[in-house]
Amino acid sequence: MGNVPLASLSWKGSLYFSIELFKLIDIHGNPKNIMKVSVNNKEYTVEVDGNPSLLEVLREQLDLTGTKYGCGEAACGACRVLVNGTPTPSCITPVTSIQGKQVLTIEGLETDGKLHPVQQVFLEEDVFQCSYCAPGMVMTAVALVENNKGMGEQEIIDGMNGNICRCCTYPAIVKALHKLTQKETKG
Amino acid sequence: MKDTTNRQPKTMEKSAPKKGISRRRFFKYMGTGIATYFVWTDYLASESLFRDQKSLAYPDPDQLSSWIHVSETGAITVYTGKVEVGQNIRTSLTQVVAEELFVPISAINLVMGDTQLTPYDRGTYGSLTTPQMAPVLRKAAASLREILLQEARKEWKLGEVELTLEKGTVQHPGNGKKLGYGSLAKAKHLLQPIDENVQTIHPDNWKVSGTSVRKINGEDFITGRHRYVSDRVLPNMVYGKVLRPPVYGAKLLRVDTSSAAELPGVQVVKEGDFIGVTAKNSRTAAMALAMIEAEWEKSPQVPGNQLFEHLEKSAGNTDPVPAAVSDAFDNGSIKVAHDFKVSYIAHVPLEPRAGLARWTGDQLEVWTGTQRPFGVQEELENTFSIPKEKIRVYMPDTGSGYGGKHTGEAGIEAAKLAKATGLPVKVNWTREEEFKWAYFRPAGLIRVKAAVHGNRISSWEFHNYNSGGAGISSPYSGQNKYQEYHRSDSPLRQGSYRALASTANIFAMESIINDLAKMAGTDPMQFRLNNLEDDRLKSVIKAAGQSFNWNRDKSKSSHGFGMACAAVKGGFVATFAEVAVDPDSRELKILSAVTAFECGAVLNPRHLESQITGCVLQGLGGALFESVEFNEGNVSNAFLSSYRVPRFKDVPEMKVILVNRKDLPSSGAGEAPIVCIAPAIRNAIDDAVGVKLYDLPMLPSGVVPRS
Repeated sequence: MGNVPLASLSWKGSLYFSIELFKLIDIHGNPKNIMKVSVNNKEYTVEVDGNPSLLEVLREQLDLTGTKYGCGEAACGACRVLVNGTPTPSCITPVTSIQGKQVLTIEGLETDGKLHPVQQVFLEEDVFQCSYCAPGMVMTAVALVENNKGMGEQEIIDGMNGNICRCCTYPAIVKALHKLTQKETKG
Repeated sequence: MKDTTNRQPKTMEKSAPKKGISRRRFFKYMGTGIATYFVWTDYLASESLFRDQKSLAYPDPDQLSSWIHVSETGAITVYTGKVEVGQNIRTSLTQVVAEELFVPISAINLVMGDTQLTPYDRGTYGSLTTPQMAPVLRKAAASLREILLQEARKEWKLGEVELTLEKGTVQHPGNGKKLGYGSLAKAKHLLQPIDENVQTIHPDNWKVSGTSVRKINGEDFITGRHRYVSDRVLPNMVYGKVLRPPVYGAKLLRVDTSSAAELPGVQVVKEGDFIGVTAKNSRTAAMALAMIEAEWEKSPQVPGNQLFEHLEKSAGNTDPVPAAVSDAFDNGSIKVAHDFKVSYIAHVPLEPRAGLARWTGDQLEVWTGTQRPFGVQEELENTFSIPKEKIRVYMPDTGSGYGGKHTGEAGIEAAKLAKATGLPVKVNWTREEEFKWAYFRPAGLIRVKAAVHGNRISSWEFHNYNSGGAGISSPYSGQNKYQEYHRSDSPLRQGSYRALASTANIFAMESIINDLAKMAGTDPMQFRLNNLEDDRLKSVIKAAGQSFNWNRDKSKSSHGFGMACAAVKGGFVATFAEVAVDPDSRELKILSAVTAFECGAVLNPRHLESQITGCVLQGLGGALFESVEFNEGNVSNAFLSSYRVPRFKDVPEMKVILVNRKDLPSSGAGEAPIVCIAPAIRNAIDDAVGVKLYDLPMLPSGVVPRS
């Protein structure tokens, strides 16, 4: 069986644009602070007055609503995105702090219309119930399997413990990820 | 801003024809009995958003066409007022229809919980979808199939010959010609009632039902494309927030909203005690809310540490216990009497309440995640004094409920703000709001007195204060039983929860049964089998016991085995648990949990297993550590950092055994399997170290006390 490649998530190299806040004057003559962000390999200009969270910017300004609000205090994992490859709770991350960094959300995970292997295995194993936790679970798992090929069940449990599934589909999630990591090892 | 509310599943977009008779018109015709049978659907178009007031209030549940439609192109749309909150009934109900119609799952679009389109439904609760809705849809689909077959026979001028159905076509027995359902339906002129006596496919011959069909639209969820209510956006929509009192029961004395109103784009809404704000983003709305200065008058509230005394004291007069029951207790050779205390717990649906509302003239649309869309429609009717016909409630598949979303708070708040501002408004509750202003599973005080005489239960007296009567009836044999639920005054807002009071009542019942068995010197599993009559219950005990290997020796003396069983809401469940108590630290570890469950004929094994696993693990939280802490009207742990729910690391080795009874009607599975984990663990702790626990949660600290 051929090796299933995981999407490349590590962005090597440093910032490719320097971060500044720009001032714009809106149609009412009011000044507005804006900033450039890179999300899913696309550059966006977003408003940063009042220092919004990354979660709010993704959901309300960019209409990327796959990333969910769950608790507002980084306790449940529902809002996790990858910032330079690292799972990050977007609810407590000020958008200004991601200047020059690469944000990957659930919407950016598919490559050439193909699901990421983590998504694929979750789908195959039919793990979720209400699925509201799914995007956060997927993003955490993507980073986890990328960095720990061949890991066992206990490592998966440790790595995923920050994500809550209230439907408690935990055993199915672990089983699916274990299947994927074992497949990865066998190559 | 683009409109994301009308996005339908892909199958819908492909299959729904663009033109046709509107459903509204259809129902109008229906009243005069001249409706055509193959009605279609422009229900996404604005003109049919609301029901014609002269038409029927809701689609007639006796009529086939209220439940199922075939378009000219053969697209099948099924309607149910039930809603999807993660139980995966969208899948199991679709399976039922696909089975009877001989079409692939993907050929069916199931419209759920839309008050405009679906027949009235009281709500999705009580494990009723599978036993009540599935048979209706099965009969509707089978009735439709028979009509299609008759049409084909007519078309081909055949007698009562048998015809084959495949992938949405009827096949000619001789010449191999095919007729699509769409063209057959088109030929139909009369509206038909559901044939109550129609022959449905026997479970032994099921090819779709009874198989592990994957979650419908699973890819939409796994890619983040599905729009929960909290994700939806309407053109010109603003974000709303509502002012909450600092504690329960506080009365608003004075309020100053002037500085909030000065924020750019903020509108303040004041209607009596209802104070809300809207803004172009949620941050500004939250900021405006924080700038409101309000003065409140607190009212006396029950102190948290007096909860159980309060529940007992506030209960109304109770009937005297029959003398036979107390006499039998007095004469018992073995007696136990104990109180059990059960805390309030929160549902913590991962998607907090969300509501989105839009007024068009005097007509109102509300999108909200609720288990009772028609109930919310009534709430809106009462709030705004407008007829139901002018209110449409949509319930997109929602981020869970567990009995915690029977109401429509966020939708009503959004509708109030939308009315006042003239703009569509979305109200997404915060986690803290969800903890404090939704409702809880009731706390309860349970008092049990029981006796055994000659190895049989001879007296059984059981009182539940406040938490409810569900599951209060003992399945154990014996003449002298007295069971009563006493209504009390609840200091906190309380409501439904997965399995309701069964969790509390079964915890007390199965703990007492364990203790009686041990005092009688009988093995607790054997004691149950001796005192139970129901074979279905006995068979799940045997199945789980065998898998658990109940009679094996313990590998360590600090380990313990425990079990519990119950018959709840048509399901039969037994859970066996193994625990370890560290001899030094007294830390508890749940090593394994084996659950056997029987709910008649299994519709979808994979999803049933998922429901059982979910119940057991969610039940683990209430068993061990979940508890709402409150005092003087304030919940002090209204955050996920302070209110602990089960996580990956809390999961023991799990085993689920499905006892499939194809000879019995299917019943629901979303609730019953939650009830046995707490007593099974409790009895296992007793077995390990001889410590009997009587309160839920049992061990918030995770450490077993020394006797």
